[in-house]
Amino acid sequence: MNRIYLDHNATTPPSSAVVDRMAAVLKEEFGNPSSVHHFGQRAKAALDEARTHVATLLGADPSEIVFTGSGTEGDNIAIRGVAEALETTGRRHIIASSIEHEAVLNTVKALARRGWRTTLLPVDASGIVSPEELGKALADDTALVSIMHANNEIGTIQPIAELARVARERRAVFHTDAVQTAGKIPIDVKALGIDLLTISAHKFYGPKGVGAMWVRRGVRLQSALTGGKQERGRRSGTENVAGIVGMGVAAREALSKMPGEQARLAALRDKLESQILSRVPGTARNGSPEPRVANTTNISFDRIEAESLLIALDLEGVAVSTGSACSSGTLEPSHVLKAMGLPAHRTQNSIRFSLGAVNTDEDIERVVAALPGIVEKLRNLSRIPVRA
Amino acid sequence: MRIVVAMSGGVDSSVAAALLAEQGHDVIGLSMQLYPSTGSGQLSEDAKFGSCCTLDDLHDARRVATARGFPHYIVNFERQFADTVIANFVSEYTSGRTPIPCSHCNSDLKFSTLLDRARGLGAEHLATGHYARVEETTDGRFLLRRSLDPDKDQSYFLFSLTQDQLARAVFPVGALTKPEVRAEAHRLGLMVANKADSQEICFVPDGDYAAFVESRASSVRSGAVVNQLGERLATHAGVHRFTVGQRKGLGISAQTPLYVLKIDADSGDVTVGPRAALDRTRFTASGVNWIGRDASCEWMPAAVQIRHRHRPAPGCMRAIDEVRVEFEFAEPQPAVTPGQAAVFYDNDIVIAGGWID
Repeated sequence: MNRIYLDHNATTPPSSAVVDRMAAVLKEEFGNPSSVHHFGQRAKAALDEARTHVATLLGADPSEIVFTGSGTEGDNIAIRGVAEALETTGRRHIIASSIEHEAVLNTVKALARRGWRTTLLPVDASGIVSPEELGKALADDTALVSIMHANNEIGTIQPIAELARVARERRAVFHTDAVQTAGKIPIDVKALGIDLLTISAHKFYGPKGVGAMWVRRGVRLQSALTGGKQERGRRSGTENVAGIVGMGVAAREALSKMPGEQARLAALRDKLESQILSRVPGTARNGSPEPRVANTTNISFDRIEAESLLIALDLEGVAVSTGSACSSGTLEPSHVLKAMGLPAHRTQNSIRFSLGAVNTDEDIERVVAALPGIVEKLRNLSRIPVRA
Repeated sequence: MRIVVAMSGGVDSSVAAALLAEQGHDVIGLSMQLYPSTGSGQLSEDAKFGSCCTLDDLHDARRVATARGFPHYIVNFERQFADTVIANFVSEYTSGRTPIPCSHCNSDLKFSTLLDRARGLGAEHLATGHYARVEETTDGRFLLRRSLDPDKDQSYFLFSLTQDQLARAVFPVGALTKPEVRAEAHRLGLMVANKADSQEICFVPDGDYAAFVESRASSVRSGAVVNQLGERLATHAGVHRFTVGQRKGLGISAQTPLYVLKIDADSGDVTVGPRAALDRTRFTASGVNWIGRDASCEWMPAAVQIRHRHRPAPGCMRAIDEVRVEFEFAEPQPAVTPGQAAVFYDNDIVIAGGWID
């Protein structure tokens, strides 16, 4: 079966340049970057190059980049690290948005169990956090604000620069989870005026198992891991050299392709979205159309369980998602759509389509042609009462 | 033919699915997630809620599907399970009855909601790993028959399936014995071949039904333990803690062993007495589903099974009305327990089944 992959917000296929370079590193540059000898130096040089590429993607200085094992790890180091560093100052309040990824939400909840006061900011129906709401929530003891750059389920982009300015006025540290924007929209950490930012390589055609965080120089951050003081002591442990190099290649490629590729994806996404909304009755887009990352659309289908539609589409060779994928592969109502105030049935009948490099106009044509029939069948057949 | 197989992750449904796939059917495995798990990243206080269909079991189902090359999905039926099976379980116990949730799960969830899902995916049949057989007669009636493995037969738990449901049911291991199923699992190279059978009621793995009911019921009926003369012998913490026929845990010392004879949820009285007083010569059942034949008001011979692992007792049955049956035992039987299923057999064919009043 010729399958169509429309789940790039979950993960992306590594580019061939990434795979080739990683294979070369695994074979040739196997040294430990901390070693003094030739082998170590070669590995260190590969790391440095990757660090520069990632820094360039973020408008950052390479010395401020810390490589991690994943986006989740970066979120944890950032939030727990700041919390632990500031705990002694008497600041024990943390603010996050209610539509954060679980990596942030559950870390905030863990702090709450340790006695931290926590505030989850509401979002409006468009899925945007308002700077006014943040202003109201900030207090003298607010240590940290963590608000995602773009949401993984609906793609809406938060006004991070404005939010960070509001937080800065109250001297709160600002972290953003930029896992869904890195490689998709230009990021300039200095222009955003933030303190910490987290990204993950496999969301922009890099490998899994590697991420990075940007830590503004001067931010107080307690190390999560103690050991050989790699990554300036922020993240001890021998570096995942091949993964990091793969991330560097992916960062460089994403940046060079960004303008053309994102315009191409926006056109495909808009076509997919408008065709579904016009050709499938009982559909509605979730979240504001702008500002939004170019590859994502989230659509509710009336009188359908998203679970069934996802399975039916997969059986037809179309891979989509109902939101953030859980490790178990099970499906639960979306906390993001719930927070946006959508009624219960719409939090359970929404599908996320997230496009990427592998998608073509033909893919979109095929999905749009197949969807009305699949939806109609589900609506008809699943409603036939079997019980007498 | 496209067939959805309900996969619990156990050996029976795994073999059922693998056999159908081997026969060339277009198999889709679906596993129902029935209670909260920790897999979503949310911390659950019910982390040890289930003994069957836990995340590990669902992963086992996924591994079997992957190994045998057919698609598999997990469907989340937590809400439906809570609304149907668990709600009924709690209300039956608080009404002084002893429920069997497996039957409700079969007719109200698997061959209802899950079958609907299957049909939405283009499958007109739903297969399970039950030990029972479905057979279509020449006049278009679907018979439910016992498994060829008398030790494992599960027709008792399937009595509430309607003709429409039976018409869509496929039981691939129904004609096999358990040892044969395990042998098939080995032949097919399934990693679950030696997995232990699940016991107990899946959502109460520790077997403490009373605590489970108390954690979910809005209120429980406490009252008195009384003798057959109505004299109060002790107090008790709730009628849900008792089952007709129960001997242990009454909190009373007596010269001869006492058994629960009757539970009255309105008054809270739990009547106890000697074993001989448990014997019944007749009973009625409600919510009766006729399978082997149409409802008949004529007395006819049948053997009735009044609980899982009960050896069927001979007697005569007849319909009182569309949904009720009365039965007279040839020999008196002890512990006819309200809430349990009474399934009426003609040899290995299920004539009908209902809930004991």
